[in-house]
Amino acid sequence: MLTFLAKRLLQLIPTLFFVSVLIFSLQQLLPGDPALIMAGEDRDPAVIEQIRKQYRLDQPIPVQYVYWVKGVLSGDLGESMRNKQKVLDLVLQKLPVTMQLASMAIVIALTIGVGAGIISAVYKDTPLDYAANVFALWGLSTPNFWLGIMLIFLFSVQLGWLPPSGYVPLTEDWRQSLATTIMPAFVLGNAIAAVLMRHTRSAMLQAMNSDYVRTARAKGLLERSVILKHAMRNALTPVITLGALEFGTLLSGAVLTEQIFTIPGFGKLIIDAVFNRDYAVVQGVVLITATTYISLNLLADVLYVLVNPRLRA
Amino acid sequence: MADVPYDSALIERRADETIESPMRRALRRLRRRKGAVVGLIVIALFVVVAVFAPLIAPYDPAAQSWTAVRKAPSAAHWLGTDDVGRDVLARVIFGARASLLAGVISVVIAVSVGVPLGLISGYVGGWVDALLSRITDAMLAVPFLILAIALAAFLGPSLTNAMIAIGVTTTPIFIRLTRGQVMAVKVEDYVEAARAIGNPRWRIALFHILPNILPALLVQGTLSIAAAIIAEAALSFLGLGQQPPAPSWGSMLNSAQRFLTTASWMAIWPGLAIFLTVLSFNLVGDGLRDALDPKER
Repeated sequence: MLTFLAKRLLQLIPTLFFVSVLIFSLQQLLPGDPALIMAGEDRDPAVIEQIRKQYRLDQPIPVQYVYWVKGVLSGDLGESMRNKQKVLDLVLQKLPVTMQLASMAIVIALTIGVGAGIISAVYKDTPLDYAANVFALWGLSTPNFWLGIMLIFLFSVQLGWLPPSGYVPLTEDWRQSLATTIMPAFVLGNAIAAVLMRHTRSAMLQAMNSDYVRTARAKGLLERSVILKHAMRNALTPVITLGALEFGTLLSGAVLTEQIFTIPGFGKLIIDAVFNRDYAVVQGVVLITATTYISLNLLADVLYVLVNPRLRA
Repeated sequence: MADVPYDSALIERRADETIESPMRRALRRLRRRKGAVVGLIVIALFVVVAVFAPLIAPYDPAAQSWTAVRKAPSAAHWLGTDDVGRDVLARVIFGARASLLAGVISVVIAVSVGVPLGLISGYVGGWVDALLSRITDAMLAVPFLILAIALAAFLGPSLTNAMIAIGVTTTPIFIRLTRGQVMAVKVEDYVEAARAIGNPRWRIALFHILPNILPALLVQGTLSIAAAIIAEAALSFLGLGQQPPAPSWGSMLNSAQRFLTTASWMAIWPGLAIFLTVLSFNLVGDGLRDALDPKER
């Protein structure tokens, strides 16, 4: 286990290096002189010169990269050009909002996805199975921003049950908080539910064809206990770890969903930064996202080995 | 030697029955999947609509009319009009161009960069493979849409840049898939045989390995087009794709959002168009996967 962990950690170093190069080189894509862009309306040569010095734009690109990485490693992701706030502070400030949304989405995705997956495997080739498969295809093919707009149309405009946008923190008023986040959380969870449903279905089908399930049935156990105790437990472990990899989908989805429901989270931060041409914030957010994703991946791998005794050798 | 009963007609017929080219077999199995067939038909319809848009569309998609602002669907405007009086049907029809183009071109970019790199990575191995694999890992570490948004933001908003951004973001998927497939195929006997008779490495890679990994690439390509169409719509929705007044389904949804209470038809049709196109590509991709799966003869 320790060697496995050490190996995986060592592999992270080159990956993180390339992630940082990738994110750093984004700013090289900017057409024109970045100093001019940062100066904005201000075309004073002295100001531009000062910006160039301050951001070390007068240095060769590899040198700029080294300074940038040094900053990043000491927790300095630069500052927002717009409100001069530290990028890290901005992200930390927005994170709880997205975390709440993401947790709710995961609960929804697990309930619907795993539930539908089990049902469709147990009732394979029946109308229930077809319905679950149609649901999965629907979930994979519906653009979540459209689903969001349609939900607002139905539940806010037509029925008037839920607020169409805005956000109330959990600590302030939990009812209002749930009311403002249930639609976006459903939109986010929907796509992941579809993926989880497919994983669960195939894992369950595999488990139900296995020898230990046959043995359990031969012992004369009730079908319910065969499914719940024997098949499901074995089938769900890989599904849960696979679920961790859906984190990327979750964050990508959050960008659009938060935009539609005007929720001041992580995703809204990156879009606002894109429109304000606040490139340091864009880079910082992408970097933090990537690092989190890589860590979660590692965690999923470790979990997978931990819960799967056959791999623990 | 004693006479062996020989009936040429019989043998020919047998050969005809048993030897079926892999392509034929795949097509026959694809035809049996209703979902995939429906998907193909819908895609074909959208392609026809996109190609002949100027002939089919009842109005100029950019023509504004201040006397017909946000009119509900009627005989004159089947799907209604938008906030500046443009015909929604005409815009949905012309929007098919941006969506299909973006879906196909970004996947073409990803395939033409990713497949050669994957071939090299998987076939050459060594430090080249290690380097390419780490770069692939790094790109896959950034969530798809976030990387596409960041790229599109830095490149500047336009349909072309959106296609480049989506293409680049999709590339690592093809590098990884091709690499994995090559690793699995290159130990096969027929590759060994090709090497034994002295074929150069590039020839083995192109003529012996590549054809055998095409099915997997085809399935991924189809599913990637579906993802790319959603991504283009998302970028356009955020204002990073097709620029107004040129019509695209994503940007139509963006303006529709502000008029949900008064003009809901503006939001329904472009979204339905995205959904149908993406669903069709997913159906075809799923069908192809089953049809090309050698385990399911």
